[in-house]
Amino acid sequence: MDAPVTPVPPGIPESSTVSLKPAAPAPRPLPWNDPRTRSITFQVLTAAFLVWFFWTLFDNTLTNMAHRGIATGFDFLDRTAGFGILMSLIPYDDTMTYGRTFVVGLLNTLLVSVLGIVFSTLIGFAVGIARLSRNWLVSRIALVYIETIRNIPLLLQIFFWYFAVLRTLPGPRQSLSLGEAAFLNNRGLYVPAPLAEPGFDWVGLAFVGALIGAIGLARWARRRQQATGQPFPTLATGLGLVIGLPLLVFLALGAPLGFETPALRGFNFQGGLRLIPELVALTLALSLYTATFIAEVVRGGILAVSHGQTEAASALGLRPGLTLRLIVLPQAMRVIIPPLTSQYLNLIKNSSLATAIGYPDLVAVFMGTSLNQTGQAVEIVGMTMAVYLFISLAISLGMNWYNSAMALKER
Amino acid sequence: MAVFEAKPALPPPVLTRGPVGWARQNLLSSPLNVGLTLVGVVLIVALVVPAVDWALLNATFRGTTADACTGTGACWPFVTTRLDFFVYGFYPPPERWRVNVLFALLALVIVPQLLPRFPGRRALAVFGFLGLPVLAAVLLLGGIAGLPFVETGKWGGLMLTLVLAMVGILAALPVGVVLALGRRSKMVVVRVSCTTFIEFWRGVPLISVLFMASVMLPLFLPEGVNFDKLLRALIGIIMFQSAYMAEVVRGGLQAIPRGQFEAAHALGLGYWRTMGLIILPQALKLVIPGIVNTFIALFKDTTLVLIIGLLDVLGSVQAAIVDPAWNRVAVEGYVFAGLCYWVFCFGMSRYSHALERKLQTGHKR
Repeated sequence: MDAPVTPVPPGIPESSTVSLKPAAPAPRPLPWNDPRTRSITFQVLTAAFLVWFFWTLFDNTLTNMAHRGIATGFDFLDRTAGFGILMSLIPYDDTMTYGRTFVVGLLNTLLVSVLGIVFSTLIGFAVGIARLSRNWLVSRIALVYIETIRNIPLLLQIFFWYFAVLRTLPGPRQSLSLGEAAFLNNRGLYVPAPLAEPGFDWVGLAFVGALIGAIGLARWARRRQQATGQPFPTLATGLGLVIGLPLLVFLALGAPLGFETPALRGFNFQGGLRLIPELVALTLALSLYTATFIAEVVRGGILAVSHGQTEAASALGLRPGLTLRLIVLPQAMRVIIPPLTSQYLNLIKNSSLATAIGYPDLVAVFMGTSLNQTGQAVEIVGMTMAVYLFISLAISLGMNWYNSAMALKER
Repeated sequence: MAVFEAKPALPPPVLTRGPVGWARQNLLSSPLNVGLTLVGVVLIVALVVPAVDWALLNATFRGTTADACTGTGACWPFVTTRLDFFVYGFYPPPERWRVNVLFALLALVIVPQLLPRFPGRRALAVFGFLGLPVLAAVLLLGGIAGLPFVETGKWGGLMLTLVLAMVGILAALPVGVVLALGRRSKMVVVRVSCTTFIEFWRGVPLISVLFMASVMLPLFLPEGVNFDKLLRALIGIIMFQSAYMAEVVRGGLQAIPRGQFEAAHALGLGYWRTMGLIILPQALKLVIPGIVNTFIALFKDTTLVLIIGLLDVLGSVQAAIVDPAWNRVAVEGYVFAGLCYWVFCFGMSRYSHALERKLQTGHKR
C-alpha cells in the first residue's frame, strides 16, 4: 500500500528545514550567586562546624574525666555489682556483675512494656469503639475517660496509683481478696501460680501442631477460593482447631495443670506468684494512659473509611458482619497501624518513668544505681540510650516495611 | 364542589419525640443498647457518687492543721495551707509580687487570643513571643533595676512549671521548623545531620535525656564552665521536643503540592522567601493540631524534671505529702496537681480544635 502523500502547501519549498542556532552558553554567574558553589560552600561549612563541635565535646569529656579520675572503657561490666535488685526475671544476687544488672534491667523493662502493650490495646480498642457507639451514655463515658486521663501527666498517674492507692492498702492480714484466689495488699498482688505437671508438654505440642494446621488450612482455603470462588469458614475452623485440639489433649491427659494458690502463713503470703506493687502501679498507669491515645487512633481509623465503602458493600449484598470484616476493618487498619505503632513506642519509652517509683527497669537499675556506683556516665548513658534507639529504629523499620506493603497501590 | 382542605398534620407519636423519644433512640434502641446503658449507669453510680461524697459532702474545707480533718472525706486544708508553696515554691515571699505580675502579663497575652475581636490582639501575640520572655527573665531573676536577684534554685511550683513550658514552647517551634526544613533539604550534609538529630532524640526516652543533661553535660563543657540546673533541664526538654516538632512540621511540608514551590520559583523567589512567604504559612496551618499536641505533650513532660531534683507543681506536692504532720493526704495532693495540669492541657486542646475550624478555609467542598 502506498503511503499517503501529504500535500505541501504552495509557497514553501519542499526541502525546507528549520535550522536552530546552537544555544549560547549561559553566562557563568558570579561564584557567590551560583547555586552549586553556594550549596557546596554551605555544606563544607556545616560539616566543619559539626566536626569541630563533636571534637570539642570529645576533647572536653576526656579532659574532664581525666581530671576527675573516672575510668573509661567497658571493663566495669565484668566487675561485681554488689547491690540487690527488687525483682528479677533471671537468677540474680549481689555477687553478680554489672553486665548482669544490665540484662536484669532490660528484661524488667521488656516485661512491663509487653504487659502495658497488651492491656492498653485491649482497653484502647474497647474505648475507641465505645466512643463511636450509637448509645449516647456509652460514648459520653468514653469521651470523659479519654479527655480526663489524656490531659494529666503520666508521672502523676504513676505516683497516684503507687503512693495514693497501692501503698495505702491494708497489710497482708487484712488483704483484699479477689475470689479467695488472688490477694491484694500493700506488698503487692498475689495471684495463683500455674504449675505444670508431667504430661503438660503434650498440650503445648498440640497447640503448636494446631497452629501449623490452621495456617495450612488458611492457605488451602485461600487458594481454593481464588480457584473456585467457594468460601470456607477459615476463621471459625482455625479458632476451633487452635483452641479445641490442645483442650482435647489437656482433658484426655486428665488436666495435668495445678495451681498453687497463695495462702496467709504468719505475717505474709506464701506460694503463688507475687507481683510487686511497683509493677502493678506502673502497668496500670501505662495501660490506662496509653489506652486513651489508642482509643483516639482507633476512632480516627474507623471514621477514615468513607461511608461510600459501606454503602457499596451493602449494594453488593454483603451482610453487616462481612462488611465490617472484609471492607471496613482492612481499610481502617491501614490508617490505624502506623500511629498505633508509635503509641507502642511511646509506651516503651514511657516505661522508663519506672525509676520514679523504684521499679527496677533498665533506667533505674543501670542508669541509676550502676551509674552512681561506677561513675562511668558516658558508657552507661550511651548503652542505655542505644537500647532504646535500637528498639525504636527496629520497630520503625518494621513499620515502614508494613506501610509500603499496605499502602494503596495506585496506577 | 367540595374543596379539599388539608387537616393539620398529627403530631409524631409520643414515643418518638421529646425526652422519651430521645432516650428510646439514643439509649434503648436495641436489647444490646439497653444492657450497655445499664452498665453505664451502674458505672457512674459506682464511681461518681463516692467521688462526690469524698471530695465535697464529707470533706473538710476549713482549718489550718491536720487535726481539723475529722470527716471521712478529703482534707482540703492540706492544699489551702500550702497553696503558696505549690504556686511559688521557695521564691522569697517579699518578692512574690514579681511572679504575680508575670501571671497577669501571661493572662493579658493569652486571654485576648481567645476573643477574636479584641483590639490589638496581634500586637499582644507578637509581644508574647518576643517581648514577654525577656521581660519574664528580668522579672523572675532580678539582679537589675533594683530588683533583688533570686537564684533559680528557689523557683518552684506552678511558676516553675509555667516557665519550663513557656520557654520550651517558644524555643521548640522555631528549632523544629529549622530541623524540618533541613531534613527536606537537597544538601546531603544538612539532610543527613538533621535526620540523625531528629531520629536520635525521638528514639530515646525524655528521662534519659534529662539524666544526660544533668550527668553528662558537665563533662562535655570546658572546665570551669557550668550551667544552672534549670537551664540544663531546659536544654534537654528543648532538644527532645524540637525533634518531635520537626516531624510534625515535616508532615505539613510534605502535604504542600509541588506546584506551590514551582510557582514561587517562577516568580523569582529564592529559597528563604519561598519558604517564609509561600510554603511555611500553608504548611504550618495544616499541622496546627499536631503542633498543639506537641505543646500539650511538652507541658505534661515538664513533670519529669522532678526526677533530676527540680520542684515543679508535682514535685512540690510530692515533697509536701510526705510531711509527717499530715497523714493520708496523697490523694488530695494529686487531685490538686492533676487539676492544675488538666486545666492547661484541656484548654490547649479545645483552643486547637477551635483554631482548626476557623482556619479551615477553602479546602472543604
